[in-house]
Amino acid sequence: MPALPPSVPLSWYLTLSLILFVLGIAGFLFRRNIITVFMSIELMLNAVNLSFITFSYKLKQVDGHIFAFFVMVVAAAEAAVGLAIILTVFKNRQTLEIDELSSLKN
Amino acid sequence: MQLWLIPLLPLAGFAVNGLFGRRLPKAAINAVAVGSVLLSFLWVLKTLSALGVFGGGNPLEQAYIEHYYTWIQSGTLNIGVDFAIDRLTAVMLMIVTGVGFLIHVYSVGYMAHEGGYYRFFAYLNLFMFFMLVLVLGANYLLLFVGWEGVGLCSYLLVGFYFTEKFATDAGNKAFIVNRIGDFGFSLAVFLIVMHFGSLDFATVFGKIQGMPVESSAGWMTAIALLLFVGATGKSAQIPLYVWLPDAMAGPTPVSALIHAATMVTAGVYMVTRSSAIFLHAHGALEVVAIIGLATAFFSATVGLAQTDIKKVYAYSTVSQLGYMFLGLGTGAFSAGIFHVMTHAFFKALLFLGAGSLIHAMSGEQDLRKMGGLRKYTPITFWTLLCASLAISGFPGLSGYFSKDAILASAYDYAPWMYWVGVFTAGMTAFYVFRAFFLAFFGEPRWKAAEHHADGHSKPDAHGHGADAHGHGAPHESPPSMWIPLAVLAVFSVIGGYINIPRWLEPMFKLPEEAPGIPWTALVSVAAGLIGIALAAWFYLIAPALPEELARSFSTPYRWIYNKYFVDEFYSAMVVEPVVDGSRSLLWRIVDVGSIDGIVNGTGKTARNIGGILKRLQSGSIRSYAAWVVLGSILVIVAITMAGGVR
Repeated sequence: MPALPPSVPLSWYLTLSLILFVLGIAGFLFRRNIITVFMSIELMLNAVNLSFITFSYKLKQVDGHIFAFFVMVVAAAEAAVGLAIILTVFKNRQTLEIDELSSLKN
Repeated sequence: MQLWLIPLLPLAGFAVNGLFGRRLPKAAINAVAVGSVLLSFLWVLKTLSALGVFGGGNPLEQAYIEHYYTWIQSGTLNIGVDFAIDRLTAVMLMIVTGVGFLIHVYSVGYMAHEGGYYRFFAYLNLFMFFMLVLVLGANYLLLFVGWEGVGLCSYLLVGFYFTEKFATDAGNKAFIVNRIGDFGFSLAVFLIVMHFGSLDFATVFGKIQGMPVESSAGWMTAIALLLFVGATGKSAQIPLYVWLPDAMAGPTPVSALIHAATMVTAGVYMVTRSSAIFLHAHGALEVVAIIGLATAFFSATVGLAQTDIKKVYAYSTVSQLGYMFLGLGTGAFSAGIFHVMTHAFFKALLFLGAGSLIHAMSGEQDLRKMGGLRKYTPITFWTLLCASLAISGFPGLSGYFSKDAILASAYDYAPWMYWVGVFTAGMTAFYVFRAFFLAFFGEPRWKAAEHHADGHSKPDAHGHGADAHGHGAPHESPPSMWIPLAVLAVFSVIGGYINIPRWLEPMFKLPEEAPGIPWTALVSVAAGLIGIALAAWFYLIAPALPEELARSFSTPYRWIYNKYFVDEFYSAMVVEPVVDGSRSLLWRIVDVGSIDGIVNGTGKTARNIGGILKRLQSGSIRSYAAWVVLGSILVIVAITMAGGVR
């Protein structure tokens, strides 16, 4: 594995991960389209993946990679299921506005 | 020897009649009910003869014990299901199964027109089972099982006419009053376990042998007195006797079997069985004698003025039970048991005869509405005459021997007790013959048409005036009823020659006997004869006299007639405070206030908390997400503040 340029310190990776994660949270909280929310979740997952990989590299351990793969597998499965649910919701409700999908309340 | 068969046969009869009796024809119910008791009686005879009781020699010096299995094992306490026969049990077995069988036969005739026929016989068989367990049990716990069981059956049978309120009330009264006594009994059993570490009669009495006699009050006296509290409940002694007269609401055979011949003598049996304890606690023994004497005297006075024939005999039963306890208390245990036996004969006969009269009168129990019946019911007349003479202590009849034995013992103990006893014997003769004369002699005070009409309204509800019988006049009972009467009459006459005190001598020492007839016996016989003569004078020769006497002694008469207002007294002193306390304190304050308050408060609190928490469940997914974020930030902050993960 080629070594990283020494000019890129660890904190940059982590900061990037944090920025991506906060963006994911913000998207998750403030966007109303369900697909955007879904994409925000993916963004958060990948932000976490990034920090896993970073630490794995830094600590010279393979655990982080394994975790990252697991997260990808779960994310793929979740994407499949989630998109299916979204399609069904749209078929039934003709809307993807997340605030209108609150029929559990009342 | 298969002792277990003796109680189990009636239990089987109970099971068959209780489970399938509704669908069985009457003949089958009769066969099962009477047959099971007959078999049980025969098995008693076979067992006793196998033990050599009917041969010569000296059988049953030691108790014959059969151990079946260990029932309770707890620490060093070991309670088995054991049955035992000794001489005392043998006597009780003969009484219970013998008289019980006769009364079963009688019931077939008496209950023939009643509803709930199978139910009646099922209960009666169940009673036989428990009574036999009671006398056969070889430890206090089995005795207690039988004791409670007969109490249950008594309750069921007193309340047999459960559509009538007074019958269910009487059943409840019998049951509740007995609870007081049983509470004392169970405390006594606990004390016995505490002090002897065992409940087996053999072990307990064996340990007592070596102990000193208690002169002042101690735990032995406590045990004896608590046992006696149990006996006062079951055997209807002062102050717990009040249930027995009311128990006459049950069918007459029940009164004869349970409330005269067998169950009410369970207390006498239990005290006799525990004689070792009582003999080591002389204070308790004196209490037994005094309570017995007081009961005998007071209930005899009440019996003088009762107008219901069954009530007369009921108070007579209480009085005779008092005699038995007088005998036990003065140390003549065998005389007490002797009187149990003779009393079983003549009192069962009195009740069955009364039942026969009630049957003849189609449900009428009021002596004032009888009269002149001897022409119509000759067999009942002669058998009741035997019983009345026997209970009055007429020389040569059974009551004479047993009562004399008790009175002689009372004289040795304290002469004043003897004199009260003699006076009571006079009253006994008087009220029994008062009932006898009122029922059989004089002008008929009934009208042939009238007693049909109210036949069904009477307590015993033994009316069949409206059914197929349709006689105009009173009639003699069917053979199934008068044959038991005749057999019991024979035993009432000759029962005294079965020398129970001699038979029980290995267990209870007999006093030295002077040769010839002691003067004490002559005096009590004279008292009985005077009582009979007075009754004859009052109710045969000068029928107007009792009215006048009642008028001139109106205050004492009113007290006697109203049974000294004891029921009213108990009602005011015990029942009403309990009811009022339950209503105002237990119901309104404890139940509604505390218990309901706690339960409802719990529910209300949960609802309130839920009401607050439900706002979190907004249904909006994004607010959930915000909470998740907030929460995770909080967790991270908390962990950081605590120093981070190491």
